[in-house]
Amino acid sequence: MMNIFSPNTLHSTLAMWYTSRATGVVSLVLMSLVVIIGLMVNRQGRLPGMPGFVVLGLHRYLSLLSITFLAVHIATAVLDSFVNISVAASVIPFVSAYEPLWLGLGTVAFDLMIAIIITSLLRAHLGRLTWKAVHWLAYASWPLAVVHSVYSSKDMQRGALLGVALACIAAVLIAMVWRFARALAEIPRARRVPELMADPDLLARAGHR
Amino acid sequence: MTQVIANPATATGPQRRVALPRLLPPPGAGRNDLNAHLGLHGPVPYRGRDRVLIGEVKAAGLTGRGGASFPTYRKLEAVAAAGGGQAIVVGNAAESEPASHKDEALLRLAPHLPLDGLQLAAEAVGAKRVVLYVRRDLLQSTRIDAQIAERNAGRLDRVPVEVRPAPARFIAGQETALASRVSGGLALPTFTPPRVFERGVDGRPTLVQNVETLAHMALIARYGPDWFRSAGTRDEPGTMLCTLRQADGSASVAEAPLGAPLAQLLNLGKSQPQAVLAGGYHGAWLPIAYISRLLLLNADLQRLGAFTGAGIFAALPADRCGLIETARVARYLALESAGQCGPCLNGLPRIASALAELAGATGKRPRSGIVEDLERWAGLVDGRGACHHPDGTTRFVRSALRMFAPEIAGHMKGECSATSHEPFLPIPAGPSDNADWS
Amino acid sequence: MTGKLRVNPIACSGHGLCAELLPELITLDEWGYPIVSDQPVPAGLGRKARRAVTDCPALALKLFNAS
Repeated sequence: MMNIFSPNTLHSTLAMWYTSRATGVVSLVLMSLVVIIGLMVNRQGRLPGMPGFVVLGLHRYLSLLSITFLAVHIATAVLDSFVNISVAASVIPFVSAYEPLWLGLGTVAFDLMIAIIITSLLRAHLGRLTWKAVHWLAYASWPLAVVHSVYSSKDMQRGALLGVALACIAAVLIAMVWRFARALAEIPRARRVPELMADPDLLARAGHR
Repeated sequence: MTQVIANPATATGPQRRVALPRLLPPPGAGRNDLNAHLGLHGPVPYRGRDRVLIGEVKAAGLTGRGGASFPTYRKLEAVAAAGGGQAIVVGNAAESEPASHKDEALLRLAPHLPLDGLQLAAEAVGAKRVVLYVRRDLLQSTRIDAQIAERNAGRLDRVPVEVRPAPARFIAGQETALASRVSGGLALPTFTPPRVFERGVDGRPTLVQNVETLAHMALIARYGPDWFRSAGTRDEPGTMLCTLRQADGSASVAEAPLGAPLAQLLNLGKSQPQAVLAGGYHGAWLPIAYISRLLLLNADLQRLGAFTGAGIFAALPADRCGLIETARVARYLALESAGQCGPCLNGLPRIASALAELAGATGKRPRSGIVEDLERWAGLVDGRGACHHPDGTTRFVRSALRMFAPEIAGHMKGECSATSHEPFLPIPAGPSDNADWS
Repeated sequence: MTGKLRVNPIACSGHGLCAELLPELITLDEWGYPIVSDQPVPAGLGRKARRAVTDCPALALKLFNAS
């Protein structure tokens, strides 16, 4: 049994390994919040009493915060010698010696996040369709991050951390269902005017998509 | 009509008598089929090189006959410059204004003029693809496919003409909607820039010309700019096809020189209409007192908020209510919105609904403030869509609010002066599927 | 120097962030859609204008450079 406080383990092992696991959990929670708030932006949701740019600002701020925690999560996982994860494995999926599948899915999620963040930083120069297409990869990135989190170590499979995982999953799924239900309830473009013309009450209400 | 219409004195020359018609065959003569056309005008006068015709079109002063009266040579130059040999030419026969029949008449009676024009325009801008965009229900009545096939048999066309059906929607002829449809999508407008002359059909530089404009081009190519200018005025030369709806409800298509007196065109002698709608459903109402002094000229019509446009003139009989007719048209215009832009989607239905209330559709007196609402909404939609549908609707509605102010005063008290509520202006029955933009 | 703002009304779905960020040049109509001033963007507002363009969730606001 190693003594994690002994000088020999300064550069490695359990301290880093625990840091990686902890920052991983925080990243997942933050990512889940980012997705939920992003869905709110899409549906023009507002925080009570706050202008719209606050919701957007929160979405961006939390995504940068989550990528920061993610960077620490990945760096410590690579640097520690408790498990064998190469630098390459941080961006190339399925090449790590440790849990190649579950870790690899995390790598894919991370790669997608990088693409999403870079295109978002450059969004004014890219055009709507390109930016949107890449941003939709978030619908792939988050589930992969969840699966990676739950299966690459046993941390989130029991106890309080299991509760955290379930809470994240439930919250995001509820938000997604809400977002898509609202979108499906929208009147299709071709029928917008006929519906408005046919229904004086609908017409009287302010603002229509 | 085989009519010799007196050409008003121009700044540079005395009054001349110009033989008409130039485009359509004389009435009763039937269609100018290919043989008749070739006998009358000879073969397609290809120039052998691109751009040559553009100078002639410029000298002739030809402007677009699709509604915007834009100088044709500038469109040709723009596409020729942007084209790089990859341009596409589209002849626009969408004829999306319900009160217009001129493009149908042209394609039925003298199809080979616009078809010649398509080839000449393609040569002028270096286009390798030519499309004829025809309102779907006109494909049959004009038998345009057969006319094109006959030309192919005689090897007249250097670029094969693809016929593309257009939906019978009001904005289907708008150039970005046209480009979208011909590219395989729905006939819905897109945001500009890019304009279609830069990126249109399939992303290529696209020349869009009304079929009548192409017909004039085909004649200019044969008889020259001076011949074209022998009718019309110096600033607005040539002739144009007009669709005239008289107060008795009869409609006809006539070719007139620019500058012809409107009263003569509209045959105002007998029953005096109360007003004339000039410019179709995006045009403006003109009081009858002015009509007797007006000439078929943008210079005259624009002072009254109207324009020559596609030559659509409809006289409103004295026994009808202008507000009711305006409300009917406004409802149609609202239903023809693409529904893509917030202001149009919100504003046009509200405007239509308020006009209906003002016209008496609810059976109750209109609420006070309704005219103020109409003015405000008109101001809110003007210029705020991706296309000019809200602008045109605003122009039409505002002109009605001015023109029919006495009727409005009456209607606010629950009175209507009309003795007939028979619908007058032509409004197509709604499409069976409101999602049909293809 | 900075240019003119224009909104693509087809892309715009009325989020309203532009009017919050640049009230000097953009107001919302009674239906929640932006009315954008067609005057050139004054030099002092250039930064705010570029932020409004970047932050529009629908990427509907555009800054056309004067040239």
